[in-house]
Amino acid sequence: MNEPNLIFLLVLLPLAGSVVAATLPAGARTGTAWLSGLVLGAGLLILAGLHGPVAEGGVLRTTLPWVPSLGLNLDFRLDGFSWLFVTLVLGIGVLVVLYARYYLAPSDPAPRFHAGILAFTGAMIGMLTSGNVIMLVVFWELTSLISFLLIGYWHRNPAARDGARMALVVTAAGGLCLLGAMLLLGRMVGGYDLDRILASGDTIRAHPLYGTTLALFLIGAFTKSAQVPFHFWLPNAMAAPTPVSAFLHSATMVKAGVFLLVRFSPALGGTEVWFFAVTGTGMATLLIGAVIALFRHDLKGLLAYSTISHLGLITALAGLGSNGAIVAAIFHIANHAVFKASLFMAAGIIDHESGTRDMRRLSGLMRLMPATGSLAIVAAAAMAGVPLLNGFLSKEMFFAEAVEWHNGTWLDNSLPYLATLASVFSVAYSLRFIATVFFGAPPTDLPKTPHEPVRWLRRPVELLVLICLVVGIIPGLTLGPTLNMAARSVLGADMPTYSVAVWHGFNTPLLMSLAALVLGAALYFTFSTRIAQGPEGPPVIHKLQAQRLYERFMLAATWTGPRRLLRLVGPDRLQPQLRLLVLLAIAGATYMLWRSVQIEPWLGPTPLNAGFLLMWVVGATCAVAAAWQAKYHRFAALVLLGGAGLVTCLTFAWFSAPDLAVTQLLVEVVTTVLILLGLRWLPKRLQEIPGDRLRSARVRRSLDLVIAVVFGATVSIIAFVVMTRPQLSTVGDWFLRNAYSEGGGTNVVNVILVDFRAFDTFGEITVLVIVALTVFALLRRFRPATEIAGQPEQQATPTARALRDYMLVPSVIMQWMFPVLIVLAAYLFLRGHDLPGGGFSGGVTLAIAFLLQYLATHVRWVEARLTVLPTRWMGFGLLIAGGTGVGSWVFGYPFLTAHAQYVDLPLIGEVPAATAMLFDLGVFGAVVGATVLMLIAIAHQSLRSPRPRSQDEAARSEHEEAA
Amino acid sequence: MEFVLSAAIGILAASGAWLLMRPRTFQVIVGLCLLSYAVNLFIFSMGRLTVGAPAVMPRGGFVNPDAYADPIPQALVLTAIVISFATTALFLVVMIAARGFSGTDHVDGQERNR
Repeated sequence: MNEPNLIFLLVLLPLAGSVVAATLPAGARTGTAWLSGLVLGAGLLILAGLHGPVAEGGVLRTTLPWVPSLGLNLDFRLDGFSWLFVTLVLGIGVLVVLYARYYLAPSDPAPRFHAGILAFTGAMIGMLTSGNVIMLVVFWELTSLISFLLIGYWHRNPAARDGARMALVVTAAGGLCLLGAMLLLGRMVGGYDLDRILASGDTIRAHPLYGTTLALFLIGAFTKSAQVPFHFWLPNAMAAPTPVSAFLHSATMVKAGVFLLVRFSPALGGTEVWFFAVTGTGMATLLIGAVIALFRHDLKGLLAYSTISHLGLITALAGLGSNGAIVAAIFHIANHAVFKASLFMAAGIIDHESGTRDMRRLSGLMRLMPATGSLAIVAAAAMAGVPLLNGFLSKEMFFAEAVEWHNGTWLDNSLPYLATLASVFSVAYSLRFIATVFFGAPPTDLPKTPHEPVRWLRRPVELLVLICLVVGIIPGLTLGPTLNMAARSVLGADMPTYSVAVWHGFNTPLLMSLAALVLGAALYFTFSTRIAQGPEGPPVIHKLQAQRLYERFMLAATWTGPRRLLRLVGPDRLQPQLRLLVLLAIAGATYMLWRSVQIEPWLGPTPLNAGFLLMWVVGATCAVAAAWQAKYHRFAALVLLGGAGLVTCLTFAWFSAPDLAVTQLLVEVVTTVLILLGLRWLPKRLQEIPGDRLRSARVRRSLDLVIAVVFGATVSIIAFVVMTRPQLSTVGDWFLRNAYSEGGGTNVVNVILVDFRAFDTFGEITVLVIVALTVFALLRRFRPATEIAGQPEQQATPTARALRDYMLVPSVIMQWMFPVLIVLAAYLFLRGHDLPGGGFSGGVTLAIAFLLQYLATHVRWVEARLTVLPTRWMGFGLLIAGGTGVGSWVFGYPFLTAHAQYVDLPLIGEVPAATAMLFDLGVFGAVVGATVLMLIAIAHQSLRSPRPRSQDEAARSEHEEAA
Repeated sequence: MEFVLSAAIGILAASGAWLLMRPRTFQVIVGLCLLSYAVNLFIFSMGRLTVGAPAVMPRGGFVNPDAYADPIPQALVLTAIVISFATTALFLVVMIAARGFSGTDHVDGQERNR
């Protein structure tokens, strides 16, 4: 197998292993541990195989095209730096898997843990080796997501849930910023290839968007690496199981941010902004983290803040950007991973065996668990930077850079002092860890009696501490070459080789180290009792927590803010929403007018006809009066509405739209009857609604009036502007030319509906049928309000009874009109293809014929004599229309292709016989059925036995009790 | 003519919009009807105003499209008339049912309490 495929395997193997682990049974503790151990071990073997080519300074690449048009490929590349980092991830991963096997309780589901660890490893390796910056961000977010799952591993613990959510919100938000930065970078250099971006440092730094890009990039890196002020998620993430804390939150994931800083320093670094932002933040984090760590009583809390502080150190080094600083940063990434992972594991052992992590309760454990104690002391000494341990070396390099590197700014000048000060605190908290936990009086009052853990729980710690010692004593022989290889892949092949040695002579950095050790010890021993009695966190500062800000922000963003917004525009109040809708329409219309007015010259308006003007004086009066009366005089408003509708209908007739006029007239009749039928179910409105005369109501009405007038004016202006421009040729011309030759009909509107655009019409009659069925279904469950059930009081008065006699004449006429109307419907339907008419108008006419019978007599009389089956009509209509469409398939044409010809019938003459006519028959049936179903459903309401709602509810509760 | 028709559309639209923002369901239903007249006329007027030339073709022969009314807006409006009838019916039934359930004809299903 060749090398590119091996890189693929490196990423794919853990991800595939994760899927396998997830499917194993919950009890398979040893099995899953073996699985993940072997998978990670195989990864290490692959890395060993790839070491040769990488050590020669080569970059191994492999590409799998994914979305080439977007420049999105699965590019993977492995160079010295990522080789070192991947080795770190896999190596510590193996140890964590071993440790977790004995750390997790038998009741903890092991497969879920290992699936998470393996998936995280895969994502992390993907992030480290990605050669495409977009894929890098994808893997980056994947690590955030899996970190969320792993922190929340004990999901019954609320602290774990909160910590997991906080980590996800902070790091995923940072990831989004990072995505923004990567997209901008891609724009600047014209591609998302990592190598290309790294090689275009000068272009990027000179680009006007450099500042924005840098800010987004740094937010991404800082959130992940827990830099101030985004550091607060890391201590809360300590609710995770200790193996997770050791793996993700000290050794690997949190290093992703500094990895990115080091990786991108050739492209983005080297400017003064970079120095101040990165080194400044790093130094602040270094100092703040070290100070807070000293005051934490929780073991893992101390280690978490110490991790934050060390991440700050690496960030500060990345900000300096000199060759030595980059070497030191990489060196410290590795060293910190080793000693901090071992410390977390040791803290986990202490927690596991003694039942507490509170340093105020622990003491004198050296006597009870000497081996673990010795290991922890060596690791803590490495953390403090004691000579002959690995932490000392990289810290010395940091001091050396702080002293030697200069750019003349105040931050640069204060670097040595800040570094020493932070180091003093670092020594002090390491000392506190050692002194309180392992020395002093024997512990009393612990949940468990501590003893040495099982052998295998201690093995990973032993190995890590051994590495601390070996690297600390003979760095040049162990990590030195690899370090140079890694630094060379970041800085370029011409970087001089750094010799990493223990002894550099008696120089300033050594003095700083010694001073830090002495002062740190003095600091701790002076204040040890006061620290132990103090609050959880340094005096004064523990009250100013970034976490509070975060919590306040989250509360506002996810609770109070949305609620306020909901109260403002929420769905429980319709009027503000509709008002908003009208305002939006006005805004859209105004925008349109703003852009399009005065593009073309005016046409002279057509001459005014006095009759037309008069007609619309009546129509407009009707409309305004209907609006005015709709609240208290519903019947009057309905009649006025009908008046406006009639004028609309006449307008259609006036301007050459006979089809519209006919349909509008018929629909007008049906709508009016429908609303009339609905009127009696509304509450009586004999007196004024209380509050109508209030000032606020008046203000609201006046405001709405202004909005409505503006709305009407904009609509009016648009209509006028469009009508006075010459018309461009539209697709309508084609329809006019081809209606007869292609569609076999002379009425173009009808031909469009049943032939050219028949599919739309098919959809429309389907909607009509659905609405009718919905109406029917809604009314089946309808319970009228109790006070209006039964016979209306108007019908009980003597006048009403007299009126019923007067109605005899119209009702006889209506009954006699039934056959006439049926003929009219047939006529309208049949002529539709050639002359105004068609399925719609014919259908509505037939529906009116039925309706008149209901009006003329009453429901029971009609239904005793006439069986109308509206659902059959609808089904029949839809089937015919659909069947006509499907029929064209038989002849090899697409759905709804129509065929037209004229048939010579005896006596009648030439008759159009297009298949479109058959389709129109379907429209006819569906319209009849739907209209009649709706009207009958409402009309039937008066027949229902009125049942008070209270009775209804009583029945329902009885039913529920029975159930 | 254009001026009268556009003014008419504006008045219909304004009356409809005003009613749309009112608190009683019946006002809203009347408002929707008025608004649909306005919208139908608006769409119709996009085909410009033609008097005495309905889109009914001779049987065969040359057709000059400029001599006839534009059939597209008419076809669209024909569909719109039927659909707006259907939505009016649906809204009416919802209005009646909501009145039965909540005991009020306020659009929010409850009287504004203040």
